[in-house]
Amino acid sequence: MRVLDALITGLAQGAMIALIALGYTMVYGVLKLINFAHSEIFMMSAFIGLFLITMLGGTEHPLLAGVGGTLMAMVAAALIGMLVERIAYRPLRNRGKSSLVRVTPLVTALGMSVLLQNLAQLMFTARNRSYPQLLTGSLSLGPLSVGTSRVVILLTAVVVMVVLELIVKRTWFGKAMRALSANEEAARLMGINTSRVISATFALGSSLAALGSVLFCLDQSPVHPSLGLVVGTRAFVAAVLGGIGSITGAMLGGLLIGVLGELLKLTSFSGGTDIPAFLVLIVVLLVRPAGLLGSARAEKV
Amino acid sequence: MSAPVEAKDVAALGATMRTKHPTRPDPSVAMGEPLLQVRDLRVAYGGIKALKGIDLEVRRGEVVALIGANGAGKTTTLKSIARLLPVASGTITFAGKNLATMTPEALVGAGVSLAPEGRAIFPNLTVLENLELGAYLHRDATAMRETIEDVTRLFPRLGERMKQEGGTLSGGEQQMLAIGRALMARPTMLLLDEPSLGIAPKLVQQIFAAIRAIAAAGVTILVVEQNTKVALSASHRGYVLRTGEIALSGNAKELLQNPEIQKAYLGG
Repeated sequence: MRVLDALITGLAQGAMIALIALGYTMVYGVLKLINFAHSEIFMMSAFIGLFLITMLGGTEHPLLAGVGGTLMAMVAAALIGMLVERIAYRPLRNRGKSSLVRVTPLVTALGMSVLLQNLAQLMFTARNRSYPQLLTGSLSLGPLSVGTSRVVILLTAVVVMVVLELIVKRTWFGKAMRALSANEEAARLMGINTSRVISATFALGSSLAALGSVLFCLDQSPVHPSLGLVVGTRAFVAAVLGGIGSITGAMLGGLLIGVLGELLKLTSFSGGTDIPAFLVLIVVLLVRPAGLLGSARAEKV
Repeated sequence: MSAPVEAKDVAALGATMRTKHPTRPDPSVAMGEPLLQVRDLRVAYGGIKALKGIDLEVRRGEVVALIGANGAGKTTTLKSIARLLPVASGTITFAGKNLATMTPEALVGAGVSLAPEGRAIFPNLTVLENLELGAYLHRDATAMRETIEDVTRLFPRLGERMKQEGGTLSGGEQQMLAIGRALMARPTMLLLDEPSLGIAPKLVQQIFAAIRAIAAAGVTILVVEQNTKVALSASHRGYVLRTGEIALSGNAKELLQNPEIQKAYLGG
């Protein structure tokens, strides 16, 4: 029974990690850039979500505050994501092809991450703030009693991932995004405005991170400016584990890391839940350098 | 199933192809009038002059071949026209519009599509998705359906592989896909970069039969080729590039008979 319980908690944990990992993997797909600022967008959205939920009435109107606050936080995160791309990454893009082309944006991403984190400390101070308890109580599924928040998180994550899959596979934006990540020059030859697709990718990835962020905080509270570092790292590992650039990989990687962490809490080795995740990562990358579902396809010329 | 190679089949196939763009008006250039004009085009890589002043012209409805040895500047010329390379000086006009200041993504909208060197298909997308992306700008459902039918008749092998990922196709099939994808945009003019490169001779015949059919359908074509004989046989006129300059130009049949060309490029 404890195992089953841990499994469900782990899946909920993993689903949130996956929502954040998706942002890393999609941006990597279109830009071949690890957007280190992504975890800070996650953290910022946690604060924005907290303020919005409180503003909308918090526990007095749990449904309105929860749903409305989450949606508005997603919009805000999308705007922040697009802004980061516009001011930090886009100016670097059209600089020709030198050996520094990969390094400069990476350093910029790290800088952007530090900047956002410090900005959050300035604006929100470093103290912990707790989220209103909107998702209390538990549901009983047969012999099992599962926290309502876990159920909400899991259902939301499943719906969002199905919708995302449809967006990526069926819409023009999704096809353009996949085309761009496969071959930028060819994508431009199709008439695809690559800057606009990149911008939209940042918006989508950031809003998913915001969703993950609000769900995460509703489940386990407190918000603080270094939240991005803790959770963001786990999400980044999930993205790499699944195969960076692969959307299904990010989902799988997130779930694996979540479940693994929770199962480990059952053992005496409960202190370092991140250690096994990294161990698995190292082993997987040794066997499959491109990650579980990553493509290391050599292009035919 | 194989594509028709007989001249009358090619003409018949071309006559059934639907090439009118769903929204863009037909350019006000009559058949036989200059559609693409390149004047004194100069391109340099670092300090090296790759093109030293190229003049060429493609008239509406023509198939023109740009031939020459490796490194003569053929792909550079085509990439400059397609806006993938910065132009040092010179002018490129298409139907009266100045191409030199356009971005590559704007070119498709103006009516010029490129099937690039090395095919550059999207390997992890299906054949159908690759084709659909060719129609990214107009997105007209009827035009898409019609051109997919036309492309399937041009290249029956593609029709059998619609659900397959592009990366699983053979080199020749990928070339067919690259041409089909370019056609999906309903271009006025098609630029083809080395369509025969690394492809089995039998498929080269099929691809050039398709090129003749596309031309018969009214699409103007500029094709860059190392395979001089195949390219000139399918063209009205040709230009021979040598170290960044036009060395010879003229009627394709006459160029094929030209002793200098026979000696240099046809091993004759």
